[in-house]
Amino acid sequence: MKPIIEVENLVKRYRKAKENAVNDISFSVQEGEFFALLGPNGAGKTTTISILTTTLMKTSGMVRVAGYDTEAQRKQVRQHIGVIFQSPSLDLNLTAEENIRLHAGLYGLYPYRPIYRLMSGNYKKQIFELAQILRMEKEMFNPVKTFSGGMKRKLEIIRSLMHNPKVLFLDEPTSGLDPVSRRTLWSYLKNVREKEHTTIFLTTHYLQEAEETDNLCIMNKGKIVAQGMPGDIKEKLLKYYLIINAQEQNLLETELGQKRIPFQKTRKGIKIFLEHSVQAQEILKKVETPLITLDVYAPTLEEAYVDIIESNQNGV
Amino acid sequence: MLPLLKRRMLILLNQIKTEFNAILTIAFRDITKLLRDRVRLISGLVFPVIFIGVLGGSLQANVGSQLGFNFLVFVFTGVFIQSLFQSTASGVIFLLEDRNSDFSQELFVAPVSPRSIIFGKILGESMVALTNAFGILVFGLLVGVSFTFWQAISLIAMAIAGCLLGGAFGIIVLSNLSEDRTVRQIFPFLIFPQIFLAGVFAPLKEVPTVLFILSKIIPLTYVVDFGRGLYYWGTDTYDQVVLLHPLVNLAVILAMFLVFLFVGTWLFVRKERDR
Repeated sequence: MKPIIEVENLVKRYRKAKENAVNDISFSVQEGEFFALLGPNGAGKTTTISILTTTLMKTSGMVRVAGYDTEAQRKQVRQHIGVIFQSPSLDLNLTAEENIRLHAGLYGLYPYRPIYRLMSGNYKKQIFELAQILRMEKEMFNPVKTFSGGMKRKLEIIRSLMHNPKVLFLDEPTSGLDPVSRRTLWSYLKNVREKEHTTIFLTTHYLQEAEETDNLCIMNKGKIVAQGMPGDIKEKLLKYYLIINAQEQNLLETELGQKRIPFQKTRKGIKIFLEHSVQAQEILKKVETPLITLDVYAPTLEEAYVDIIESNQNGV
Repeated sequence: MLPLLKRRMLILLNQIKTEFNAILTIAFRDITKLLRDRVRLISGLVFPVIFIGVLGGSLQANVGSQLGFNFLVFVFTGVFIQSLFQSTASGVIFLLEDRNSDFSQELFVAPVSPRSIIFGKILGESMVALTNAFGILVFGLLVGVSFTFWQAISLIAMAIAGCLLGGAFGIIVLSNLSEDRTVRQIFPFLIFPQIFLAGVFAPLKEVPTVLFILSKIIPLTYVVDFGRGLYYWGTDTYDQVVLLHPLVNLAVILAMFLVFLFVGTWLFVRKERDR
Protein backbone atom coordinates (compact mmCIF):
# COMPACT_ATOMS: atom_id res chain seq x y z
CA MET A 1 0.00 0.00 0.00
CA LYS A 2 1.27 3.48 -0.91
CA PRO A 3 1.88 5.76 2.06
CA ILE A 4 -0.51 8.69 2.50
CA ILE A 5 2.38 10.98 3.40
CA GLU A 6 5.77 10.65 1.72
CA VAL A 7 8.72 12.85 2.62
CA GLU A 8 12.08 12.33 0.96
CA ASN A 9 15.22 14.33 1.62
CA LEU A 10 13.24 17.38 2.70
CA VAL A 11 15.30 20.50 3.27
CA LYS A 12 14.07 23.93 4.34
CA ARG A 13 16.24 26.96 4.81
CA TYR A 14 14.46 30.21 5.63
CA ARG A 15 15.51 33.36 3.79
CA LYS A 16 18.56 34.99 5.36
CA ALA A 17 19.03 31.99 7.68
CA LYS A 18 22.49 30.51 8.01
CA GLU A 19 21.35 26.99 8.86
CA ASN A 20 18.66 24.65 7.60
CA ALA A 21 15.52 24.59 9.73
CA VAL A 22 14.82 21.11 8.34
CA ASN A 23 17.88 19.23 7.25
CA ASP A 24 17.42 16.33 4.82
CA ILE A 25 14.68 14.35 6.54
CA SER A 26 12.77 11.37 5.14
CA PHE A 27 9.80 9.47 6.51
CA SER A 28 6.44 8.08 5.45
CA VAL A 29 3.03 7.66 7.06
CA GLN A 30 0.55 4.92 6.18
CA GLU A 31 -3.18 5.48 5.77
CA GLY A 32 -5.08 5.36 9.08
CA GLU A 33 -1.87 5.66 11.08
CA PHE A 34 -1.40 7.85 14.15
CA PHE A 35 1.99 9.45 13.59
CA ALA A 36 3.91 11.94 15.70
CA LEU A 37 6.86 14.25 15.22
CA LEU A 38 8.39 14.72 18.63
CA GLY A 39 11.06 17.22 19.50
CA PRO A 40 12.00 20.24 21.57
CA ASN A 41 11.18 23.81 20.56
CA GLY A 42 13.09 24.79 17.42
CA ALA A 43 13.53 21.18 16.28
CA GLY A 44 11.84 21.87 12.93
CA LYS A 45 8.46 20.26 13.65
CA THR A 46 6.30 23.28 12.76
CA THR A 47 8.41 23.95 9.65
CA THR A 48 7.83 20.35 8.54
CA ILE A 49 4.08 20.45 9.19
CA SER A 50 3.82 23.83 7.42
CA ILE A 51 5.41 22.34 4.31
CA LEU A 52 3.13 19.29 4.50
CA THR A 53 0.06 21.51 4.77
CA THR A 54 1.19 23.67 1.79
CA THR A 55 1.54 26.89 3.79
CA LEU A 56 5.32 27.02 3.41
CA MET A 57 7.57 26.35 0.43
CA LYS A 58 10.33 23.78 0.76
CA THR A 59 13.93 24.42 -0.32
CA SER A 60 14.41 20.95 -1.80
CA GLY A 61 13.21 17.36 -1.54
CA MET A 62 9.99 15.55 -2.34
CA VAL A 63 6.76 15.83 -0.33
CA ARG A 64 3.51 14.13 -1.27
CA VAL A 65 0.27 14.10 0.71
CA ALA A 66 -2.68 11.89 -0.29
CA GLY A 67 -0.80 11.18 -3.52
CA TYR A 68 -0.41 14.85 -4.49
CA ASP A 69 2.67 17.02 -4.65
CA THR A 70 2.51 19.77 -2.02
CA GLU A 71 3.95 22.37 -4.41
CA ALA A 72 2.47 21.54 -7.79
CA GLN A 73 -0.92 20.25 -6.57
CA ARG A 74 -1.60 22.45 -3.56
CA LYS A 75 -5.34 22.67 -4.10
CA GLN A 76 -5.75 18.88 -4.27
CA VAL A 77 -3.64 18.44 -1.13
CA ARG A 78 -5.76 21.01 0.71
CA GLN A 79 -8.97 19.22 -0.26
CA HIS A 80 -7.73 16.11 1.52
CA ILE A 81 -6.34 17.57 4.71
CA GLY A 82 -7.62 19.16 7.89
CA VAL A 83 -5.27 21.36 9.91
CA ILE A 84 -5.21 22.38 13.54
CA PHE A 85 -2.55 25.03 13.91
CA GLN A 86 -0.38 25.69 16.94
CA SER A 87 -2.44 28.74 17.88
CA PRO A 88 -6.22 28.72 17.29
CA SER A 89 -7.13 29.99 13.83
CA LEU A 90 -10.66 31.01 14.74
CA ASP A 91 -12.20 34.43 14.21
CA LEU A 92 -12.83 35.40 17.80
CA ASN A 93 -15.37 38.07 16.86
CA LEU A 94 -17.63 35.53 15.17
CA THR A 95 -19.79 32.93 16.88
CA ALA A 96 -18.93 29.22 16.85
CA GLU A 97 -21.63 28.64 14.22
CA GLU A 98 -20.33 31.51 12.07
CA ASN A 99 -16.81 30.07 12.21
CA ILE A 100 -18.14 26.70 11.10
CA ARG A 101 -20.26 28.34 8.36
CA LEU A 102 -17.17 30.17 7.16
CA HIS A 103 -15.24 26.91 6.94
CA ALA A 104 -18.12 25.21 5.13
CA GLY A 105 -18.24 28.10 2.66
CA LEU A 106 -14.50 28.06 2.01
CA TYR A 107 -14.54 24.31 1.35
CA GLY A 108 -17.68 24.53 -0.80
CA LEU A 109 -19.62 22.15 1.47
CA TYR A 110 -22.82 24.20 1.46
CA PRO A 111 -23.92 27.23 -0.57
CA TYR A 112 -23.04 30.21 1.61
CA ARG A 113 -25.81 32.37 3.03
CA PRO A 114 -25.07 35.42 5.20
CA ILE A 115 -27.64 34.43 7.84
CA TYR A 116 -27.91 31.06 9.63
CA ARG A 117 -31.67 30.93 9.04
CA LEU A 118 -31.09 30.99 5.28
CA MET A 119 -28.66 28.05 5.30
CA SER A 120 -29.80 24.67 4.00
CA GLY A 121 -31.58 22.12 6.20
CA ASN A 122 -28.64 19.71 5.91
CA TYR A 123 -26.27 22.34 7.23
CA LYS A 124 -28.52 23.09 10.19
CA LYS A 125 -28.76 19.37 10.91
CA GLN A 126 -24.98 19.07 10.88
CA ILE A 127 -24.64 22.07 13.18
CA PHE A 128 -27.10 20.47 15.59
CA GLU A 129 -25.10 17.23 15.57
CA LEU A 130 -21.78 19.06 16.04
CA ALA A 131 -23.19 21.06 18.93
CA GLN A 132 -24.23 17.81 20.57
CA ILE A 133 -20.80 16.24 20.10
CA LEU A 134 -19.15 19.34 21.54
CA ARG A 135 -21.77 19.55 24.27
CA MET A 136 -22.25 23.21 23.53
CA GLU A 137 -25.78 23.48 22.24
CA LYS A 138 -26.20 26.73 24.15
CA GLU A 139 -22.82 28.24 23.24
CA MET A 140 -23.00 27.52 19.50
CA PHE A 141 -24.31 31.02 18.83
CA ASN A 142 -22.00 32.80 21.27
CA PRO A 143 -18.82 34.65 20.21
CA VAL A 144 -15.77 32.39 20.26
CA LYS A 145 -13.90 34.95 22.37
CA THR A 146 -16.03 33.83 25.34
CA PHE A 147 -14.83 30.19 24.98
CA SER A 148 -12.19 28.43 27.06
CA GLY A 149 -8.99 27.17 25.39
CA GLY A 150 -10.28 23.59 25.42
CA MET A 151 -13.59 24.55 23.80
CA LYS A 152 -11.78 26.48 21.08
CA ARG A 153 -9.60 23.46 20.32
CA LYS A 154 -12.58 21.11 20.15
CA LEU A 155 -14.37 23.55 17.88
CA GLU A 156 -11.33 23.65 15.61
CA ILE A 157 -11.12 19.88 15.43
CA ILE A 158 -14.81 19.54 14.63
CA ARG A 159 -14.45 22.25 11.99
CA SER A 160 -11.40 20.66 10.40
CA LEU A 161 -13.18 17.32 10.09
CA MET A 162 -16.29 18.72 8.39
CA HIS A 163 -14.97 18.06 4.89
CA ASN A 164 -13.92 14.48 5.77
CA PRO A 165 -10.17 14.93 5.30
CA LYS A 166 -7.96 11.90 4.77
CA VAL A 167 -5.25 13.36 7.00
CA LEU A 168 -5.68 15.51 10.07
CA PHE A 169 -2.60 17.57 10.92
CA LEU A 170 -2.29 18.75 14.50
CA ASP A 171 0.52 21.15 15.33
CA GLU A 172 1.07 21.01 19.09
CA PRO A 173 -2.68 21.06 19.70
CA THR A 174 -2.51 20.81 23.47
CA SER A 175 -0.01 23.56 24.21
CA GLY A 176 -1.55 26.01 26.62
CA LEU A 177 -4.33 23.62 27.65
CA ASP A 178 -4.92 22.50 31.22
CA PRO A 179 -4.57 18.76 31.96
CA VAL A 180 -8.34 18.18 32.01
CA SER A 181 -8.90 19.83 28.62
CA ARG A 182 -5.90 17.92 27.30
CA ARG A 183 -7.34 14.58 28.38
CA THR A 184 -10.80 15.41 26.98
CA LEU A 185 -9.23 16.40 23.67
CA TRP A 186 -7.30 13.15 23.38
CA SER A 187 -10.28 11.00 24.19
CA TYR A 188 -12.27 12.90 21.56
CA LEU A 189 -9.51 12.42 18.97
CA LYS A 190 -9.38 8.73 19.82
CA ASN A 191 -13.10 8.46 19.06
CA VAL A 192 -12.64 10.30 15.78
CA ARG A 193 -9.87 7.91 14.76
CA GLU A 194 -11.91 4.84 15.61
CA LYS A 195 -14.98 6.16 13.79
CA GLU A 196 -13.52 7.86 10.71
CA HIS A 197 -10.19 6.02 10.28
CA THR A 198 -8.56 9.39 9.70
CA THR A 199 -4.76 9.49 9.50
CA ILE A 200 -3.50 11.70 12.29
CA PHE A 201 -0.22 13.57 12.01
CA LEU A 202 0.79 15.18 15.26
CA THR A 203 3.66 17.38 16.31
CA THR A 204 4.29 17.63 20.00
CA HIS A 205 6.92 18.13 22.63
CA TYR A 206 4.95 16.06 25.14
CA LEU A 207 6.36 12.58 25.35
CA GLN A 208 3.19 11.13 26.87
CA GLU A 209 1.20 12.17 23.79
CA ALA A 210 3.77 10.68 21.43
CA GLU A 211 3.70 7.37 23.31
CA GLU A 212 0.09 6.88 22.20
CA THR A 213 1.02 6.90 18.51
CA ASP A 214 1.60 4.04 16.06
CA ASN A 215 4.83 5.53 14.74
CA LEU A 216 7.11 8.25 15.90
CA CYS A 217 9.96 10.43 14.66
CA ILE A 218 12.12 12.32 17.12
CA MET A 219 13.50 15.52 15.64
CA ASN A 220 16.24 17.74 16.89
CA LYS A 221 17.98 20.65 15.16
CA GLY A 222 16.15 19.92 11.91
CA LYS A 223 17.19 16.27 11.77
CA ILE A 224 15.46 13.01 12.62
CA VAL A 225 17.38 11.45 15.49
CA ALA A 226 15.16 8.42 16.10
CA GLN A 227 12.35 6.81 14.14
CA GLY A 228 10.02 3.84 14.63
CA MET A 229 7.26 2.51 16.88
CA PRO A 230 7.26 4.11 20.33
CA GLY A 231 7.86 0.71 21.93
CA ASP A 232 10.89 -0.01 19.73
CA ILE A 233 12.32 3.46 20.24
CA LYS A 234 11.84 3.03 23.95
CA GLU A 235 13.66 -0.30 23.83
CA LYS A 236 16.50 1.22 21.85
CA LEU A 237 16.79 4.31 23.98
CA LEU A 238 16.40 2.84 27.42
CA LYS A 239 19.76 2.05 28.91
CA TYR A 240 19.87 0.49 32.36
CA TYR A 241 22.69 1.61 34.57
CA LEU A 242 24.14 1.12 37.96
CA ILE A 243 25.16 3.87 40.34
CA ILE A 244 27.73 2.87 42.95
CA ASN A 245 30.00 4.75 45.29
CA ALA A 246 32.48 4.01 48.02
CA GLN A 247 33.92 5.89 50.96
CA GLU A 248 37.19 5.86 49.05
CA GLN A 249 36.03 6.64 45.51
CA ASN A 250 39.59 6.67 44.09
CA LEU A 251 40.08 3.11 45.23
CA LEU A 252 36.83 2.06 43.58
CA GLU A 253 37.78 3.80 40.33
CA THR A 254 41.16 2.05 40.29
CA GLU A 255 39.55 -1.33 40.92
CA LEU A 256 37.00 -0.82 38.10
CA GLY A 257 39.83 0.22 35.79
CA GLN A 258 41.89 -2.84 36.67
CA LYS A 259 38.91 -5.14 36.11
CA ARG A 260 38.13 -3.43 32.77
CA ILE A 261 34.61 -2.37 33.77
CA PRO A 262 33.73 0.81 31.84
CA PHE A 263 32.32 3.59 34.01
CA GLN A 264 31.48 7.31 34.10
CA LYS A 265 31.96 9.69 37.01
CA THR A 266 28.74 11.57 37.84
CA ARG A 267 27.51 13.80 40.65
CA LYS A 268 25.58 10.89 42.15
CA GLY A 269 28.54 8.54 42.02
CA ILE A 270 30.02 6.11 39.50
CA LYS A 271 27.75 5.20 36.61
CA ILE A 272 28.10 1.81 34.92
CA PHE A 273 25.93 1.07 31.87
CA LEU A 274 24.28 -2.34 31.75
CA GLU A 275 23.20 -4.38 28.77
CA HIS A 276 20.35 -5.83 30.84
CA SER A 277 19.19 -5.43 34.44
CA VAL A 278 20.59 -8.82 35.69
CA GLN A 279 24.09 -7.78 34.59
CA ALA A 280 24.18 -5.66 37.76
CA GLN A 281 24.65 -8.73 39.92
CA GLU A 282 27.59 -9.98 37.81
CA ILE A 283 29.34 -6.62 38.19
CA LEU A 284 28.69 -6.40 41.91
CA LYS A 285 30.21 -9.87 42.41
CA LYS A 286 33.49 -8.58 40.91
CA VAL A 287 33.72 -5.40 43.07
CA GLU A 288 35.60 -5.81 46.35
CA THR A 289 35.81 -2.17 47.53
CA PRO A 290 33.19 -1.62 50.27
CA LEU A 291 30.22 0.30 48.77
CA ILE A 292 28.18 3.01 50.42
CA THR A 293 25.81 3.68 47.47
CA LEU A 294 24.09 1.13 45.28
CA ASP A 295 21.26 1.82 42.85
CA VAL A 296 20.01 0.16 39.66
CA TYR A 297 18.38 2.61 37.28
CA ALA A 298 15.78 1.91 34.60
CA PRO A 299 15.24 5.37 33.15
CA THR A 300 11.84 6.53 31.98
CA LEU A 301 11.26 7.25 28.31
CA GLU A 302 11.34 10.92 29.19
CA GLU A 303 14.85 10.63 30.60
CA ALA A 304 15.91 8.68 27.54
CA TYR A 305 14.39 11.35 25.30
CA VAL A 306 16.16 14.15 27.17
CA ASP A 307 19.34 12.13 26.93
CA ILE A 308 19.03 11.68 23.17
CA ILE A 309 18.27 15.36 22.67
CA GLU A 310 21.13 16.47 24.91
CA SER A 311 23.67 14.13 23.33
CA ASN A 312 22.54 15.40 19.90
CA GLN A 313 22.98 18.99 21.05
CA ASN A 314 26.45 18.25 22.35
CA GLY A 315 27.25 16.74 18.99
CA VAL A 316 27.78 13.25 20.46
CA MET B 1 -15.26 12.84 -26.93
CA LEU B 2 -18.51 14.62 -26.04
CA PRO B 3 -18.97 13.00 -22.59
CA LEU B 4 -15.35 13.89 -21.79
CA LEU B 5 -15.95 17.50 -22.78
CA LYS B 6 -19.16 17.52 -20.76
CA ARG B 7 -17.33 16.12 -17.74
CA ARG B 8 -14.62 18.74 -18.03
CA MET B 9 -17.23 21.46 -18.32
CA LEU B 10 -18.98 20.15 -15.21
CA ILE B 11 -15.69 20.10 -13.27
CA LEU B 12 -14.97 23.65 -14.41
CA LEU B 13 -18.45 24.83 -13.45
CA ASN B 14 -18.10 23.16 -10.08
CA GLN B 15 -14.75 24.88 -9.55
CA ILE B 16 -16.24 28.26 -10.44
CA LYS B 17 -19.11 27.60 -8.04
CA THR B 18 -16.68 26.72 -5.23
CA GLU B 19 -14.56 29.81 -5.84
CA PHE B 20 -17.65 32.03 -5.98
CA ASN B 21 -18.95 30.49 -2.75
CA ALA B 22 -15.59 31.19 -1.08
CA ILE B 23 -15.60 34.82 -2.33
CA LEU B 24 -19.08 35.38 -0.86
CA THR B 25 -18.10 33.67 2.39
CA ILE B 26 -15.06 35.91 2.86
CA ALA B 27 -16.91 39.04 1.79
CA PHE B 28 -19.85 38.56 4.16
CA ARG B 29 -17.52 37.94 7.10
CA ASP B 30 -16.50 41.60 6.86
CA ILE B 31 -20.12 42.78 6.81
CA THR B 32 -20.98 40.58 9.82
CA LYS B 33 -18.04 42.04 11.70
CA LEU B 34 -18.87 45.62 10.69
CA LEU B 35 -22.39 45.33 12.04
CA ARG B 36 -20.88 44.44 15.44
CA ASP B 37 -18.28 47.20 15.31
CA ARG B 38 -20.11 50.44 16.08
CA VAL B 39 -16.88 52.41 16.38
CA ARG B 40 -15.90 51.57 12.80
CA LEU B 41 -19.41 52.35 11.57
CA ILE B 42 -19.28 55.81 13.12
CA SER B 43 -15.63 56.60 12.34
CA GLY B 44 -16.30 55.82 8.67
CA LEU B 45 -18.67 58.77 8.63
CA VAL B 46 -16.75 61.28 10.73
CA PHE B 47 -14.05 62.32 8.24
CA PRO B 48 -16.33 62.64 5.20
CA VAL B 49 -18.74 64.70 7.28
CA ILE B 50 -15.91 67.02 8.40
CA PHE B 51 -14.49 67.31 4.89
CA ILE B 52 -17.81 67.92 3.16
CA GLY B 53 -19.60 69.88 5.85
CA VAL B 54 -16.80 71.99 7.27
CA LEU B 55 -14.22 72.26 4.50
CA GLY B 56 -16.62 72.15 1.54
CA GLY B 57 -19.17 74.37 3.22
CA SER B 58 -16.74 77.06 4.35
CA LEU B 59 -14.85 77.17 1.04
CA GLN B 60 -18.12 77.41 -0.87
CA ALA B 61 -19.14 80.34 1.32
CA ASN B 62 -15.80 82.11 0.85
CA VAL B 63 -14.58 81.37 -2.68
CA GLY B 64 -17.50 79.52 -4.26
CA SER B 65 -18.83 82.52 -6.17
CA GLN B 66 -15.41 83.22 -7.80
CA LEU B 67 -14.96 79.64 -9.06
CA GLY B 68 -18.03 79.57 -11.21
CA PHE B 69 -19.28 76.22 -9.89
CA ASN B 70 -20.70 74.88 -6.65
CA PHE B 71 -17.68 74.05 -4.53
CA LEU B 72 -19.70 72.04 -2.01
CA VAL B 73 -20.85 69.64 -4.73
CA PHE B 74 -17.30 69.49 -6.09
CA VAL B 75 -15.89 68.54 -2.67
CA PHE B 76 -18.78 66.14 -2.07
CA THR B 77 -18.03 64.11 -5.22
CA GLY B 78 -14.31 64.06 -4.41
CA VAL B 79 -14.70 63.10 -0.76
CA PHE B 80 -17.38 60.52 -1.59
CA ILE B 81 -14.98 58.63 -3.88
CA GLN B 82 -11.90 59.22 -1.74
CA SER B 83 -13.56 57.88 1.41
CA LEU B 84 -14.62 54.71 -0.42
CA PHE B 85 -11.15 54.28 -1.88
CA GLN B 86 -9.49 54.85 1.50
CA SER B 87 -11.95 52.71 3.46
CA THR B 88 -11.53 49.70 1.15
CA ALA B 89 -7.74 50.08 0.96
CA SER B 90 -7.34 50.27 4.74
CA GLY B 91 -9.87 47.45 5.20
CA VAL B 92 -7.79 45.14 3.03
CA ILE B 93 -4.82 45.93 5.25
CA PHE B 94 -6.79 44.15 8.01
CA LEU B 95 -5.53 40.94 6.40
CA LEU B 96 -2.42 41.57 8.48
CA GLU B 97 -4.58 41.62 11.58
CA ASP B 98 -5.95 38.26 10.49
CA ARG B 99 -2.38 37.04 10.19
CA ASN B 100 -1.52 38.29 13.64
CA SER B 101 -4.55 36.57 15.14
CA ASP B 102 -3.67 33.42 13.12
CA PHE B 103 -7.05 33.45 11.39
CA SER B 104 -5.38 33.89 7.98
CA GLN B 105 -4.06 30.32 8.33
CA GLU B 106 -7.63 29.05 8.04
CA LEU B 107 -8.04 31.12 4.87
CA PHE B 108 -4.79 30.17 3.20
CA VAL B 109 -5.09 26.45 3.83
CA ALA B 110 -8.54 26.31 2.17
CA PRO B 111 -8.73 24.64 -1.26
CA VAL B 112 -9.52 27.86 -3.12
CA SER B 113 -7.41 30.16 -5.25
CA PRO B 114 -5.55 32.88 -3.32
CA ARG B 115 -7.03 35.35 -5.84
CA SER B 116 -10.52 34.37 -4.66
CA ILE B 117 -9.49 34.99 -1.06
CA ILE B 118 -8.06 38.40 -1.90
CA PHE B 119 -10.99 39.29 -4.17
CA GLY B 120 -13.42 38.18 -1.45
CA LYS B 121 -11.61 40.47 0.97
CA ILE B 122 -11.79 43.39 -1.47
CA LEU B 123 -15.49 42.70 -2.07
CA GLY B 124 -16.16 42.49 1.66
CA GLU B 125 -14.35 45.72 2.40
CA SER B 126 -16.14 47.33 -0.58
CA MET B 127 -19.48 46.36 0.95
CA VAL B 128 -18.33 47.82 4.27
CA ALA B 129 -17.30 51.06 2.51
CA LEU B 130 -20.60 51.19 0.60
CA THR B 131 -22.49 50.95 3.89
CA ASN B 132 -20.67 54.10 4.99
CA ALA B 133 -21.23 55.66 1.54
CA PHE B 134 -24.95 55.51 2.15
CA GLY B 135 -24.46 57.66 5.24
CA ILE B 136 -22.31 60.13 3.28
CA LEU B 137 -25.04 60.39 0.63
CA VAL B 138 -27.65 61.17 3.24
CA PHE B 139 -25.34 63.80 4.74
CA GLY B 140 -24.77 65.28 1.26
CA LEU B 141 -28.52 65.63 0.77
CA LEU B 142 -28.83 67.27 4.17
CA VAL B 143 -26.23 69.94 3.38
CA GLY B 144 -27.79 70.76 0.05
CA VAL B 145 -26.14 68.52 -2.55
CA SER B 146 -28.73 67.49 -5.08
CA PHE B 147 -28.51 65.03 -7.95
CA THR B 148 -30.56 63.93 -10.92
CA PHE B 149 -31.43 60.30 -11.67
CA TRP B 150 -28.38 60.04 -13.97
CA GLN B 151 -26.15 61.52 -11.30
CA ALA B 152 -27.48 59.04 -8.73
CA ILE B 153 -26.59 56.19 -11.10
CA SER B 154 -23.17 57.74 -11.68
CA LEU B 155 -22.58 57.81 -7.91
CA ILE B 156 -23.08 54.05 -7.81
CA ALA B 157 -20.63 53.54 -10.69
CA MET B 158 -18.01 55.79 -9.11
CA ALA B 159 -18.52 54.06 -5.76
CA ILE B 160 -17.83 50.65 -7.28
CA ALA B 161 -14.76 51.94 -9.14
CA GLY B 162 -13.44 53.64 -6.00
CA CYS B 163 -13.90 50.53 -3.87
CA LEU B 164 -12.35 48.07 -6.29
CA LEU B 165 -9.30 50.20 -7.05
CA GLY B 166 -8.90 51.06 -3.37
CA GLY B 167 -8.97 47.35 -2.45
CA ALA B 168 -6.46 46.45 -5.14
CA PHE B 169 -4.25 49.35 -4.02
CA GLY B 170 -4.41 47.95 -0.47
CA ILE B 171 -3.22 44.57 -1.74
CA ILE B 172 -0.23 46.01 -3.60
CA VAL B 173 0.75 47.91 -0.42
CA LEU B 174 0.28 44.77 1.67
CA SER B 175 2.37 42.66 -0.68
CA ASN B 176 5.38 44.89 -0.14
CA LEU B 177 5.21 45.29 3.64
CA SER B 178 5.22 42.51 6.22
CA GLU B 179 4.81 44.02 9.65
CA ASP B 180 1.50 45.30 10.93
CA ARG B 181 3.25 48.23 12.63
CA THR B 182 5.15 49.21 9.47
CA VAL B 183 1.97 49.15 7.43
CA ARG B 184 0.14 51.33 9.94
CA GLN B 185 3.01 53.82 9.94
CA ILE B 186 3.47 53.95 6.19
CA PHE B 187 -0.14 53.72 5.05
CA PRO B 188 -1.09 57.34 5.92
CA PHE B 189 1.90 58.52 3.86
CA LEU B 190 0.54 56.61 0.89
CA ILE B 191 -3.04 57.81 1.32
CA PHE B 192 -2.86 61.47 2.37
CA PRO B 193 -0.64 62.73 -0.49
CA GLN B 194 -3.11 61.04 -2.83
CA ILE B 195 -6.03 62.91 -1.28
CA PHE B 196 -4.32 66.25 -1.88
CA LEU B 197 -2.85 65.41 -5.28
CA ALA B 198 -5.91 63.68 -6.75
CA GLY B 199 -8.00 66.83 -6.87
CA VAL B 200 -10.39 65.85 -4.09
CA PHE B 201 -10.47 69.41 -2.72
CA ALA B 202 -9.26 71.47 -5.69
CA PRO B 203 -9.47 71.14 -9.49
CA LEU B 204 -6.26 69.94 -11.11
CA LYS B 205 -6.57 72.06 -14.25
CA GLU B 206 -4.46 74.95 -13.01
CA VAL B 207 -1.87 73.19 -10.81
CA PRO B 208 1.94 73.53 -11.29
CA THR B 209 3.53 71.03 -13.69
CA VAL B 210 5.30 69.01 -10.97
CA LEU B 211 2.07 68.48 -9.05
CA PHE B 212 0.24 67.73 -12.29
CA ILE B 213 2.77 64.98 -13.15
CA LEU B 214 2.59 63.58 -9.62
CA SER B 215 -1.18 63.55 -9.79
CA LYS B 216 -0.97 61.42 -12.93
CA ILE B 217 0.93 58.59 -11.24
CA ILE B 218 -1.45 58.07 -8.35
CA PRO B 219 -4.51 55.81 -8.65
CA LEU B 220 -6.95 58.02 -6.73
CA THR B 221 -6.73 60.75 -9.43
CA TYR B 222 -8.35 58.47 -12.01
CA VAL B 223 -11.26 57.36 -9.82
CA VAL B 224 -11.96 60.91 -8.67
CA ASP B 225 -11.80 62.20 -12.25
CA PHE B 226 -13.91 59.25 -13.45
CA GLY B 227 -16.56 59.98 -10.83
CA ARG B 228 -16.67 63.67 -11.62
CA GLY B 229 -16.74 62.92 -15.34
CA LEU B 230 -19.92 60.92 -14.81
CA TYR B 231 -21.45 63.32 -12.30
CA TYR B 232 -20.85 66.46 -14.36
CA TRP B 233 -21.52 64.80 -17.72
CA GLY B 234 -23.52 67.15 -19.97
CA THR B 235 -23.24 70.10 -17.57
CA ASP B 236 -21.41 73.42 -18.00
CA THR B 237 -19.08 72.58 -15.11
CA TYR B 238 -17.72 69.46 -16.89
CA ASP B 239 -14.91 71.32 -18.74
CA GLN B 240 -13.87 73.21 -15.60
CA VAL B 241 -13.36 70.20 -13.36
CA VAL B 242 -12.86 67.05 -15.48
CA LEU B 243 -9.45 66.15 -16.93
CA LEU B 244 -10.00 62.98 -18.97
CA HIS B 245 -12.94 61.37 -20.74
CA PRO B 246 -14.66 58.87 -18.36
CA LEU B 247 -13.89 56.00 -20.74
CA VAL B 248 -10.16 56.81 -20.64
CA ASN B 249 -10.32 56.95 -16.84
CA LEU B 250 -12.26 53.69 -16.77
CA ALA B 251 -9.61 51.98 -18.94
CA VAL B 252 -6.83 53.20 -16.62
CA ILE B 253 -8.81 52.11 -13.53
CA LEU B 254 -9.41 48.64 -14.99
CA ALA B 255 -5.77 48.25 -15.99
CA MET B 256 -4.54 49.38 -12.56
CA PHE B 257 -7.08 47.15 -10.80
CA LEU B 258 -6.00 44.04 -12.71
CA VAL B 259 -2.27 44.74 -12.34
CA PHE B 260 -2.58 45.53 -8.62
CA LEU B 261 -4.83 42.52 -7.98
CA PHE B 262 -2.76 39.91 -9.83
CA VAL B 263 0.71 41.22 -9.01
CA GLY B 264 -0.30 42.09 -5.43
CA THR B 265 -1.87 38.67 -4.80
CA TRP B 266 1.10 36.86 -6.32
CA LEU B 267 3.59 38.84 -4.26
CA PHE B 268 1.51 38.55 -1.09
CA VAL B 269 1.04 34.79 -1.35
CA ARG B 270 4.70 34.29 -2.29
CA LYS B 271 5.78 36.37 0.69
CA GLU B 272 3.59 34.30 3.02
CA ARG B 273 4.70 30.92 1.65
CA ASP B 274 8.29 31.58 0.60
CA ARG B 275 9.80 32.71 3.85
